[in-house]
Amino acid sequence: MAHVRSHVLICAGTGCASSGSKRVFSAFESEIAKKGLSEEIKIVETGCHGFCEAGPLVIIYPEGTFYVRVGVNDVTEIVENHLYKGRIVERLLFKDKMTLASVPKYSEIDFYKKQIRMVLANCGQIDPDSIDEYIANGGYEALGKALTEMTPDQVVDEVKKSGLRGRGGGGFPTGMKWSFTKGAAGDKKYVVCNADEGDPGAFMDRSVLEGDPHRVIEGMAICGYSIGADEGYIYCRAEYPLAIKRLRTAIVCAEEMGLLGYNILGTGFNFKVKIKEGAGAFVCGEETALLASIEGKRGMPRPRPPFPAISGLWEKPTNINNVETFANIPHILTKGAEWYASIGTEKSKGTKVFALTGKINNTGLAEVPMGITMREIIYDIGGGIPDGKKFKAVQIGGPSGGCLPEQLLDLSVDYDSLIQAGAMMGSGGLVVMDEETCMVDLSKFFLSFTQAESCGKCTPCREGTKRMLEILTRITEGEGKEGDIELLEKLAKGIKATALCGLGQTAPNPVLSTLRYFRHEYEAHIRDKKCPAGACSKLSGFFITDGCKGCGLCKKACPVDAISGEMKGKHVIDHNKCIKCGACVAKCPFKAIIKG
Amino acid sequence: MDMVSLTIDGRKAIVPAGSTIIEAAAAVGIKIPALCYHPELKPEGACRVCVVEIKGGRGPVASCVFPVAEGMEVYTNTASIRDARKTVVELLLANHPQDCLTCQRSTNCELQAIAADLGVREIPFEGEKKHCAIDDNNPSLVRDQNKCILCGRCIRACNERQEMHVYSFINRGFNTMVSPAFDQGIDKVACTYCGQCASVCPTAAIVERDNTEDVFRAINDPTKHVVVQTAPAVRVALGEDLGQGVGGIVTGKMVAALRRLGFDGVFDTDFTADLTIMEEGTEFLGRLKNGGTLPMITSCSPGWVNFIELQYPDLLGHLSTCKSPQQMFGALAKTFYAKQKGIDAKDIVSISVMPCTAKKAEAVRPEMRSSGYQDVDYVITTRELARMIKSAGVDFSVIPEEDYDAPLGLSTGAAVIFGATGGVMEAALRTVYEVVTGETLACLDFKMVRGLEGIKEATVDVGGIAVKVAVAHTLANAKILMDKIRAGTADYHFIEIMACPGGCIGGGGQPFVNDKKTRQERIDAIYECDSCMPMRKSHENPAVKALYEQYLGEPNGHKSHELLHTHYNAQKR
Repeated sequence: MAHVRSHVLICAGTGCASSGSKRVFSAFESEIAKKGLSEEIKIVETGCHGFCEAGPLVIIYPEGTFYVRVGVNDVTEIVENHLYKGRIVERLLFKDKMTLASVPKYSEIDFYKKQIRMVLANCGQIDPDSIDEYIANGGYEALGKALTEMTPDQVVDEVKKSGLRGRGGGGFPTGMKWSFTKGAAGDKKYVVCNADEGDPGAFMDRSVLEGDPHRVIEGMAICGYSIGADEGYIYCRAEYPLAIKRLRTAIVCAEEMGLLGYNILGTGFNFKVKIKEGAGAFVCGEETALLASIEGKRGMPRPRPPFPAISGLWEKPTNINNVETFANIPHILTKGAEWYASIGTEKSKGTKVFALTGKINNTGLAEVPMGITMREIIYDIGGGIPDGKKFKAVQIGGPSGGCLPEQLLDLSVDYDSLIQAGAMMGSGGLVVMDEETCMVDLSKFFLSFTQAESCGKCTPCREGTKRMLEILTRITEGEGKEGDIELLEKLAKGIKATALCGLGQTAPNPVLSTLRYFRHEYEAHIRDKKCPAGACSKLSGFFITDGCKGCGLCKKACPVDAISGEMKGKHVIDHNKCIKCGACVAKCPFKAIIKG
Repeated sequence: MDMVSLTIDGRKAIVPAGSTIIEAAAAVGIKIPALCYHPELKPEGACRVCVVEIKGGRGPVASCVFPVAEGMEVYTNTASIRDARKTVVELLLANHPQDCLTCQRSTNCELQAIAADLGVREIPFEGEKKHCAIDDNNPSLVRDQNKCILCGRCIRACNERQEMHVYSFINRGFNTMVSPAFDQGIDKVACTYCGQCASVCPTAAIVERDNTEDVFRAINDPTKHVVVQTAPAVRVALGEDLGQGVGGIVTGKMVAALRRLGFDGVFDTDFTADLTIMEEGTEFLGRLKNGGTLPMITSCSPGWVNFIELQYPDLLGHLSTCKSPQQMFGALAKTFYAKQKGIDAKDIVSISVMPCTAKKAEAVRPEMRSSGYQDVDYVITTRELARMIKSAGVDFSVIPEEDYDAPLGLSTGAAVIFGATGGVMEAALRTVYEVVTGETLACLDFKMVRGLEGIKEATVDVGGIAVKVAVAHTLANAKILMDKIRAGTADYHFIEIMACPGGCIGGGGQPFVNDKKTRQERIDAIYECDSCMPMRKSHENPAVKALYEQYLGEPNGHKSHELLHTHYNAQKR
């Protein structure tokens, strides 16, 4: 390897790529070439760093300087000053929102300080298309150890001892799952990786696959060895083209090196990995629907038992885990189960990656130890709520999860505490809401998602979510009736009890948890025909107060001519015409137009 | 067999390992309500009506799919289970037209019955209902998706029984529906019109096209002479829809009822079943002697004929050129019978009562106009006849039995067994044996071709020739034999195929209960009819003999070919 003095790491995760990191990469190439530095500076396209809010991100090593929101026009300056003259470009550094001070180093930014990056360790640090870089960072060491120093039983035991639980949503103990498949009768077994990440706002699996694909493949191979499977499938949604591309490259590289395929590392263990692209149905994230989809059938869940461990893909014993679960495996084997189990709480071990979205300053991916509080995630890592607004609730666990209010901000984030609070870990989506979010509207949003994504097989999910959505729509439009809340509760209870699969059974959760913590908002909609958050457009409107000086700016701004009034006289809004766009509010120099 | 012991509602049940809870409950006299469940189809676990609680379980489970385990404690009637079931049914009804009073399946609908059983008294949900176009662009079946509860039984029946794979679920969530490929009508896809989908449908989402009003209109038209023929399988099933129990033989009452309905001639398809044996037997012997295409395959079942025309057109040469008994009857009614009665064929309306929905499509095939008119004008199913009888106020339980009219109502026991799988073969063997050997059969019962086994094989010595025969029912089994013929590994001489399970007695137009037990009882009744007949061999039917003497000449002769035989063409759908 040629000796280089500096590495320029440019994030090429989907977030940064969509904010222009590809062009930044090209600009660096040409600028560095112009300066004649191509020999001594290496530019690397990496996976996601997680801090998508501040992208495109550029990190320069060995200093570890962290540049944020780098545009094509900034590249000349970075090359000239930082790489050529050794001067940090102050204006592109991350600035702490509280102290307003520039933070030059990656590791010192609050967003990263409280994180423990295991699953994401390589994301943003290595070139995901380079197997050499993965190996240089300890990659495939775990597989080597398993194949040469451990029996399959020892591997399963180690995973059991680590306390790792499924990261896809259910939280089932991974080691136990492996031992079921291992113990199932059958010569042919399969390992399946569930990469059909579909929760709104969730992108942790995508980032792992894009930023560190080998880690997942290694985890799968270790699983294959331990349960006696020689074939694996990664079921990845087709909407993740970059992840699929990187996985394909990774599989080819690993096969070329003898780390996948036949006779791996000369041990006689065979393991092939295939990719199956999902066609974009949320329900295919449910394991039995996923298996049906791989088999070429309509992606619909089937009742269990039999569980996939006994009768899965093509009716063979099959172990299915989520991307993040597999990505944890190499760490457990190299560093040991005890080390792994030392992170987290008594029943939830290790770390969890969360996707922070919604009304939060630092949207992005954060990997935190289990047991951290919601407050630490939202305020310390996430940087709190933008524009000085007040925190209202956080939806955790995607559309199957629940909504937690402010009084639960100090709740320990682990599988069991979340279930108790009426939410769930889910795959790790965190949607933060501020005071302007209406909780009925929020339930409606999630219900409309689950309703649209219901596979249609079982009655409660197909018909019940539709009726719940209709009731919620009615409530948000001011047509709510006495008895609607009870009807919602009846439906929610019925669906939870009788739906066929996990998606249906959890579909009412957003409604139940918002009813539990924000029942008064439902009541206000129904009884007072008011939306306390002012979010439901049919229940709120704009009013011109006595502060109006009659300047006429609002009248000019209104796109539908809903405002009338004489110059220097108080203006009024015709609520039948008003489309609640808010253009008048923005224009009023006297802050005389209010929402209510 | 390994047995498992469990308790259901406190009652001990000992059932074979691998049973589902719903099966175990049935064994101890607990009928768990269910809609997607059908005892003969793979369980789906979709409707969620059959939920039960298991002690220590995480929540209710679908009893149609959940396997029993040793020591399991099941509760089927707790307050929460009753609530859950009721909510599920309320949800189904909320997205249903609720037009029970005017529905073709009113009082004979599983959804209606379950709602009544569960005591659903109001539907608390209101909102959007599905609005699907009705698929009725074919002669046989009407599909009204608005009444569909998405239980998927039709899909499974079509896949598992018939291997036709016409239907699948399309769209998602609330917009899910059952549909042929690309949401086309069943007339545009490879559907055989066998009606097994209708026969398992719990609601009126798939029903036979109702021709009862057409028939009433014809009867009430004083310028028309209306004749009716009844297929063998109708007489052993019609009673089920008229309060007579399963397996009852209601031939005489049916004839009486038809007369009361106003038909001018009440005849029997059995007459032309005997005629079929004469024609088909002669054709078979001809092929055997002259090196014709073998195995020869029967052509009575129109669902089967559609199947081979759709799926195995390369094997059409194997099919007997004989028309089905229904069409032979139709051709004779408007020629021979018209002439005999001195009635112009245009004034005859020919009705047939069939256990079959595909017969409706068969009657309108362009080939089936040997008389110069459509030979059979309207086909009604057993279910439709039952409705007509009720509608006309004929009290089936009290009317005395009557006999068919002569001569087209005279038949032998060989004809009535056409209604059961293996019957055509047995009837043919009785005649072929005696014609070839000139000897009288000591025992007329060819038991090896009887019964509900999917594919039956036998070798019969016919005057020194070992005739190898096979009998299949359901198209899934037909497919197995066809693949064998295609592969050149079928060394049979003669094959009987019926599209429906158990043969015509399990047809798509029969009363709705269509399970193995019911089919066996209907079959038993068929063989009882046979054993009670004074004559049991087709070639002994004096009316058939007279027909040849007076009109047709000889079997497979010129006139026969004109009226009783046809040809088949590949269907491209």
